[in-house]
Amino acid sequence: MLRKTLIAVAILAGAAQPLLAAETASDPKADFKAFRDYFTNRFPKVALDDFVNGPYSMDEGLRKQWKAIDEFPPYDFVVDKGKQMFATPFKNGKTYGDCFANKGIGVRQDYPKFDAKTGQVITLDVALNQCREANGEKPFDYSKDDMAALTAYMAFTSRGKPMNIAIPNDPRALAAYTKGKEYFYTRRGQLNFSCASCHVQNPGNHIRTEVLAPALGIMNAMPIYRSTWGGMGTVSRRLQSCNSQVGGVPLPGESEEYRDVEYYLSYMANGLPISGPGTRP
Amino acid sequence: MRTRTMIRLAVILSAFGFAGTAFAASADDFKAAYAKAEAAEKGAAAVKNRWTATEATLKKAKAAADAGKFDDAVTLAQHAEALANASTAQAKEQEKLWPDAVVR
Repeated sequence: MLRKTLIAVAILAGAAQPLLAAETASDPKADFKAFRDYFTNRFPKVALDDFVNGPYSMDEGLRKQWKAIDEFPPYDFVVDKGKQMFATPFKNGKTYGDCFANKGIGVRQDYPKFDAKTGQVITLDVALNQCREANGEKPFDYSKDDMAALTAYMAFTSRGKPMNIAIPNDPRALAAYTKGKEYFYTRRGQLNFSCASCHVQNPGNHIRTEVLAPALGIMNAMPIYRSTWGGMGTVSRRLQSCNSQVGGVPLPGESEEYRDVEYYLSYMANGLPISGPGTRP
Repeated sequence: MRTRTMIRLAVILSAFGFAGTAFAASADDFKAAYAKAEAAEKGAAAVKNRWTATEATLKKAKAAADAGKFDDAVTLAQHAEALANASTAQAKEQEKLWPDAVVR
């Protein structure tokens, strides 16, 4: 009798597995629609393409300040530096352009990409360092300075182009996307905040003096010049900063979790125009 | 009656600091408490959910021990251990809870 009961429990537990798995399994297309509907229904007055402007799409006063600042954009010098770096050959005579489609011009909207060879998500920042290393150069730090300059220039050449992130028919790609989604919705740090706590549940609201940006299109403005930083920062720098703000120890730049969450958020922004490099308070 | 007398004696001893003296922490006490805190923080690192407060409290505990303040050092190490355990518990809990927050 006991044996029969145990077998029955085991069968029931086995049958329950697919149900549990289904709860966390991802359907990117369904996620995309739900995400898009959430923001457009919550902010019906905000034009879809305007979400990429982050807090400026949420607050009229802030928007006026931004328009004034953008008459002389603080990232201009960095874009110029990035352009020069991009065109300067490596010691072996090759350039960054040799590592990318269309010589690297107007391709930012296609990143991050899933790399079938490694089974990993490759962001633009990682692709740039891979390019450097393949050509005998040392990789750059992932948070600011040279990396921010290069990505700022590449984003500038893609301005207005719609985000175009593909999730190929590969279970590893879907797993990376799902991990990114998990990272985005997972609470962490002593303050017990997730990315979504601020950027899904509270966009437009103030946290201290800052207006929180919507998650929709948040990657389209990267990299960004932040007044708080007094300089440019990459996606990694922004994520590290978010981690610290909620009392969590940040992960290394371009760690798998950061690349996956960028993959997830960029897919959510498909079709929205690249607006980077951006300016933020 | 005897119990009451004992309690009174304990209260008087505490008031004069005798109880505190009796339980003063040593360097070994600190080492043991710090090792436990570090092990707990390793657990938090394994689930990639360390808290800045834990790291800061561990540093403070070490500084207190270096200054010979072992009572403070032990208290801080125990606090760090509790923070590390809380961060690990948060990560474990979130493994199950995060899907509830997904926009649908």
